[in-house]
Amino acid sequence: MATRDSGGGQQHTNRRADEADEVTTEESEASDLKERHEKLSEDVDSLLDEIDDVLEENAEEFVKGYVQKGGE
Amino acid sequence: MGIETEYGVSVPGQPNTNQMLASSLVVNSYANRTSSSGSRARWDFEEESPLRDARGFELPREPAVDPTAPANEDDLGLANVILTNGARLYVDHAHPEFSSPEVTNPRDVVLWDKAGERVMAEAARRALTVPGAKPVNLYKNNTDNKGVSYGCHENYLMARSTPFGEIVRNLTPFFVSRQVVCGAGRVGLGVDSREAGFQISQRADFFEVEVGLETTLKRPIINTRDEPHADPEKYRRLHVIIGDANMSEVATYLKVGTTSLVLAMIEDGWFSVDLSVDGPVAALRAISHDPSLKHLVTLRDGRKMTGVQLQMEYFEQARKYVENRFGADVDPQTADVLSRWESVLGRLEVDPMSCARELDWVAKLSILEGYRSRDSLNWDSPRLELVDLQYHDVRPEKGLYNRLVERGRFDLVVSEDEVIRAMTEPPEDTRAFFRGRCLARYPQQVAAASWDSVIFDIGRDSLQRVPTLEPLRGTKAHVGELLDRCATAADLVDALAGR
Repeated sequence: MATRDSGGGQQHTNRRADEADEVTTEESEASDLKERHEKLSEDVDSLLDEIDDVLEENAEEFVKGYVQKGGE
Repeated sequence: MGIETEYGVSVPGQPNTNQMLASSLVVNSYANRTSSSGSRARWDFEEESPLRDARGFELPREPAVDPTAPANEDDLGLANVILTNGARLYVDHAHPEFSSPEVTNPRDVVLWDKAGERVMAEAARRALTVPGAKPVNLYKNNTDNKGVSYGCHENYLMARSTPFGEIVRNLTPFFVSRQVVCGAGRVGLGVDSREAGFQISQRADFFEVEVGLETTLKRPIINTRDEPHADPEKYRRLHVIIGDANMSEVATYLKVGTTSLVLAMIEDGWFSVDLSVDGPVAALRAISHDPSLKHLVTLRDGRKMTGVQLQMEYFEQARKYVENRFGADVDPQTADVLSRWESVLGRLEVDPMSCARELDWVAKLSILEGYRSRDSLNWDSPRLELVDLQYHDVRPEKGLYNRLVERGRFDLVVSEDEVIRAMTEPPEDTRAFFRGRCLARYPQQVAAASWDSVIFDIGRDSLQRVPTLEPLRGTKAHVGELLDRCATAADLVDALAGR
């Protein structure tokens, strides 16, 4: 289950910002980025597998059939 | 403040569905089952004047300008109800719409906006139980990618004394650039997606002018509808039509939190710098069309900067403003908005993908890029368009945003328990409390209600109208004890009249 809270998310973002501040050289910044991107792409792979399971069938027909009238 | 969202409605496999009827079915299914007593208070239109212009004149009512003319809605018998949480649930054109109750802070906007999503999901579930009904899908997005857009409007109460020109001057560059934080992401470029590609905002391509009254044609960056639903001598309501409907709680929180700060600065005459942008309509689109966030817009003073840098300028103004006006006494939520705003902007500069737990467009883009690289898809792939659409599906088991939350991949602002409570309970610190509690406590006697009135039918010769023109009266502190004490609506009306 998701971590719902009002304070925790904030600590999380602060922590990240602090980490970013500590990184001073461009080199380590780049490797930090690369590492994060690799981790992100692993995450995304497992996520895509789950999305495959819930995605509506026949994408082309489905999006073609999604026609709205104006609003507002 | 408050937020109103029109949901996309579709009956899969039935492209010729009458969307007004489908929307009515959804709204009525929710309304009929919610009040066990069968009470259905109608919406009271008496005080509404959507054609009043903030610049000080009123347009003649013509269908071409305003097809929302209340009389038409009534004639059609479209569903239109008030909920016990103080919200309005109705059919606007061909979309079910949830207008949140009035609240006083960004976190509460998130809470009742999320409650609106849950109400819509529940409404669609209930509609399914109608014999013969086909499943109706609801999407909290803003376009069908075929040329049509529908809105998510924010409303902010402002002091009447604020010159409208100041609002336009200082708010336009902010609205041009805030999409880097609160864009919901979109597959397709151009109103009908004639070009393949990804852009930051759902709405950017649908805006054509800088200032105006319309919301459906020639959409303006600054909308001038001036219908305060409150004392017009004291207040104006700034009706903001340029936002995307957000799934992300952090995005909604920052959208209304940062906008409130900018409006506070405008009201207070704080701005000494002019951040006006050359060609704001074109700049809005150009920023949206560049998810690398490198596009430079030109300011009137000749400076060039990215959308993120423009937001940084606003952030710096806001930080100084709050420091100057409140110092150490700043309320925790304002401090939190500032700190999250700074953090997100800082990371967007360095590595936008690091905001995938907070921002809709980034999360959506990371899924789309995943599909593109895994399945070698081009941007014109219908599968990518489907991912874009289904991200906004309100069903917990189908909506991709909801799946991300389930897997702990999104930072949240409010708890699910609070959201469930907000489906039926009103905020306690605005007049929505009075409206919602009257509905809950005297369902049979409330004949009608609106933002600024509750009308009782207590069996006397005439209906009894209780005006609620002051948004900050009718709170729990103000009328909670009175409502507890009055067993019937007649007792309440007598007590209010001093009888």
